[in-house]
Amino acid sequence: MLEVKNLTVHFGSLMILDQISFQIKAGQWLMLVGPNGAGKSTIVNAISRGVPYSGAIFFEGTDLSDCKPAYLARRIGILTQNHSIGYSFTVEEVVRLGRYAHSTGLFSASSHEDTVKTEHALEVTGMLPLRNQSVLTLSGGELQRTFLAQVFAQDPKLLILDEPTNHLDLIYQKQLLELIQTWVQETGRGVISVVHDLNLAKAYGSDALLLHHGKIASAGSIDQVLTPEHLEAVYSMDVYQWMRDMLSQWTTQQE
Amino acid sequence: MKTHSLILKLSQYALLLLVTLCTALLCICVGSVNIPAKDTLSVIWDTLSGQPVEENVSGAVIAFVRLPRVLCVALAGASLSLCGCAMQGLLRNPLADGSTLGVSSGASVGAVLAIAFGISVPGVPLAGTMAMAMLFAFLSLMIILALSYRLDASLSTNTIILIGIVFNMFSSSVISLITSFAGDKVKDIVFWTMGSLADSSVTDVWTILGALLIFGTVILRYAKELNAFAIGEDNARNVGVDVKKVKLIVMIAVSALIGVCVSIGGVIGFVGLIIPHMTRMIVGPNHRRLLPATLFSGAIFLMLADLLARIILKPLELHIGVVTSVIGSFVFIFIFYTTRKAK
Repeated sequence: MLEVKNLTVHFGSLMILDQISFQIKAGQWLMLVGPNGAGKSTIVNAISRGVPYSGAIFFEGTDLSDCKPAYLARRIGILTQNHSIGYSFTVEEVVRLGRYAHSTGLFSASSHEDTVKTEHALEVTGMLPLRNQSVLTLSGGELQRTFLAQVFAQDPKLLILDEPTNHLDLIYQKQLLELIQTWVQETGRGVISVVHDLNLAKAYGSDALLLHHGKIASAGSIDQVLTPEHLEAVYSMDVYQWMRDMLSQWTTQQE
Repeated sequence: MKTHSLILKLSQYALLLLVTLCTALLCICVGSVNIPAKDTLSVIWDTLSGQPVEENVSGAVIAFVRLPRVLCVALAGASLSLCGCAMQGLLRNPLADGSTLGVSSGASVGAVLAIAFGISVPGVPLAGTMAMAMLFAFLSLMIILALSYRLDASLSTNTIILIGIVFNMFSSSVISLITSFAGDKVKDIVFWTMGSLADSSVTDVWTILGALLIFGTVILRYAKELNAFAIGEDNARNVGVDVKKVKLIVMIAVSALIGVCVSIGGVIGFVGLIIPHMTRMIVGPNHRRLLPATLFSGAIFLMLADLLARIILKPLELHIGVVTSVIGSFVFIFIFYTTRKAK
């Protein structure tokens, strides 16, 4: 689906990403992992064209820099972590905006398909009861689900998530990731997500890209990448031991 | 829980139109001389259908003074409100407006420059002033936004207010500077500065109407995109809005419309701030309802403000900007405090 070739980003003299190349196929859930400042979010920003880059990014053979924003939005959906809305739009209005790239014509009226896709997105994310509520009154979890519904309504083939579970309670983390897991199982879909939590990466990802100082430290299937050796090299600590210690707190309490 | 349909219903449009027309009629009838509604209607009918107007005082007052004035005021109110509304959506800030940001005063600089240097198009009297006002409105908007983005990319309320204050002061000092070096053009500049919608001609009516038809349609066309911007610029990009293109087009349309209004009626502060805010409270923030509704409410508001300016100290007449600024200051403080508190 997506092919990234020699992606390089720098802010001034500071090199953020150095010659990154990878690709993702339909059915895969690629986890971008690595310590702070490794360049995970910058990859997302480059794909969403939020930062200037050199190198090339292809979606199904077409160079992204040749694509119009609406063309791109019909294929790639992006869910970011920060949402601050200034006005009291309703949940439904925000979700319906996901259909923007699909509407055509000068005074584009919404089609039957727009309505169906919006309803479906509201339903699967559990936002149907809150559809007429102002987004200013939502909790963090509800707001994140609203934007997930928006990106579902957008109906892309590739979903890109930048720390989708940040600031979310455990229950919402679980809900959100399970929703995405169901979504990606339909044919021709793929997910790329930036995650900090290695547990979540291992539980939900099929593949991973371990980044370190803007370079790829390891790439491949999730089990190949998240090995003790790789993680220790990147995080400069025994990650496996740490994870075991964390878990043992709970197991000893149980006994 | 209030629910809104996506667009205004036909009946809602009819109601808005009815209120607008009634307000217009009231404003034409009432003034230094009160004229009965029946006489007013018959004179308006004669004027619009091209028949000769009855040759008495009230006929002349209505046909040549009040009708053009009220129409001009209504159109300017609609235009300025629409511009304010578009800017508040685009910048995602309820305090953005031509007058708070300094776009209107930037337009005045252009107009004064045109008069001082005698920039004009032969045969079209106002064209030079107007073109310069439009150009300077656009340049001001570009400068203000470039400065604000450098300071903070999210364009917070504080940034907008500070940049606006600085730019307004800068513009007025530039105008003073031009005036002091203008020599024999001083008279023309002062005459323009003193000018208002009070002495509008039929030509002025057609000019604003033309501008509103062209640029207003452009702004209305981008209602969906403005919704996306109002939710967030990053989100707008993610759902497929051509962010740069839309921003540029809306900014051009807004500056052109403000430029036309300023060159004809001078700076009328706060209209674009008060009206969208109040209208948003009633119809919600969706620009597909909000933009058309502000057109009507802006017209109604400015006509009433003009009426107030005419009759409150009768026979003395206030500048319309005095009325809008007094109301506007209170609304500004109200918005500023409520949005601050919300954080």
